[in-house]
Amino acid sequence: MPEDYKPTWQEMKMSCIITHPGADSDAKTGEWRYQRPILDKTLCNKCGLCWLYCPDSSMIPFENGFFEPDLMYCKGCGICAKECPKQAITMEEEKF
Amino acid sequence: MSNMVALQGHFAVSEAARMADVDVVAAYPITPQTQIIERIAEMVSSGGLNAVYIPVESEHSALSACSGAASVGARTFTATCGQGFLLMHEVFYWVASVRQPVVMAVTNRAIGPPNGIWCDYSDAMTARDTGWIQMFALNNQEAFDLILSGFRIAEHQEVLLPLMVNLDGFTLSHVIEPVVLPEQEDVDRFLPKNCHPAVLHPDSPMTYGTVLMPDLYAENKKALDVVVRDSKTIICKVWEQYGDRFGRYYKPIECYRTEGADILVMSMGSLSETAKVAIDRKREKGQSVGLIVLRLWRPFPFEELLSATKEAKVLIVLDRCISHGGPGGPVCAEVKSALFDTRHDLKVVGFVGALSGRNLSVDQFEDMIDKGETIATNGSEEAYQTVGIRE
Repeated sequence: MPEDYKPTWQEMKMSCIITHPGADSDAKTGEWRYQRPILDKTLCNKCGLCWLYCPDSSMIPFENGFFEPDLMYCKGCGICAKECPKQAITMEEEKF
Repeated sequence: MSNMVALQGHFAVSEAARMADVDVVAAYPITPQTQIIERIAEMVSSGGLNAVYIPVESEHSALSACSGAASVGARTFTATCGQGFLLMHEVFYWVASVRQPVVMAVTNRAIGPPNGIWCDYSDAMTARDTGWIQMFALNNQEAFDLILSGFRIAEHQEVLLPLMVNLDGFTLSHVIEPVVLPEQEDVDRFLPKNCHPAVLHPDSPMTYGTVLMPDLYAENKKALDVVVRDSKTIICKVWEQYGDRFGRYYKPIECYRTEGADILVMSMGSLSETAKVAIDRKREKGQSVGLIVLRLWRPFPFEELLSATKEAKVLIVLDRCISHGGPGGPVCAEVKSALFDTRHDLKVVGFVGALSGRNLSVDQFEDMIDKGETIATNGSEEAYQTVGIRE
């Protein structure tokens, strides 16, 4: 749901069915993250395991071959850091 | 044109599903519902019904499969009762909240333990807050009619809600009665194709039953409640059209010999026919007694109840279900609540009885009426009275 969607009950769409695909992109589900992955590009060998393991498809491949987290959706679970064979990812606590 | 045949309640129900030309039936067997779905399975395997029959591993799966079928616009049917009904419970909310017009027959059965396979309404009453339309049949003809008209109600563009038709386990499901079956072409004219406005298709993906944050949830619930309440208008309209076409008219509340009656009895299901005999006897003795039959339980017919009880001084309500630790039976509690604001002069006396198929004779009905009249005058310390229960 878009964040500014605040209907009255009369305006509510039938059973709140979402009629357009990809509606998840409207929601910033990374908001509750308490730690974020930090990539050390000097250690990374671009193997892509972080991208494969990320349960939320939040590791984004870039043209230079590196993978970096999309912090709009990354929940900070740390699986990428745990699975990285080069220990190139460390989890850093968010400052609120 | 139509023809009268002798049918068990089971077969009346499965015949209604066949004539409605259902697309998908998913069900799990449980006494006393089994023969409904056995018959439908036979129809499908013999080619008499062009439908997909999904034998599943539980009632939870049965209604889930129906939900899936309904989401692509299939006309969907299932049946259950008792413990199986309880296992469906989570999915009741699903189907109602995402507005899927599944039609279900419930051969009402007691809830165990102690296990009892016989009729009372402990199963159906648990679903009163789920958003399903719930109605109770008096006899096998009515079970047929309510299922057939039920598809038209459930699939109506202003309704789009699941609907359950309750018929008493064994008392109706296993008893043979004359049933008038309509001609298929008349049924086809009465029942248009299911045209749900939001069906799933690979070309138009959608999300049903999404997570809603606290700032959206309540609006959704309120919107659903209004749809359920307003569905009563459509229910009455469709029953009127059904009557015009097939000659049998139904109403949310049926009044029997209520004219000028000081005392009214309220009942549901097949016991209402026993009650009618008791009312006849009372009337012969010169007592001013009438019967009101509650056919539509959800949405609750508030206006019809007020109108039916307008002239009465005493209302005796029979419940086939106990609300443990509560105010007695759920129907009586509901009736009292509905009358509270405007009818302080009407004494409502609640009885609980006929649990798990316990017989309630005409004599017992008469005794209940006498006892109810006495309590209406003298009062009682009990939250509810019992009928036919040894004490």
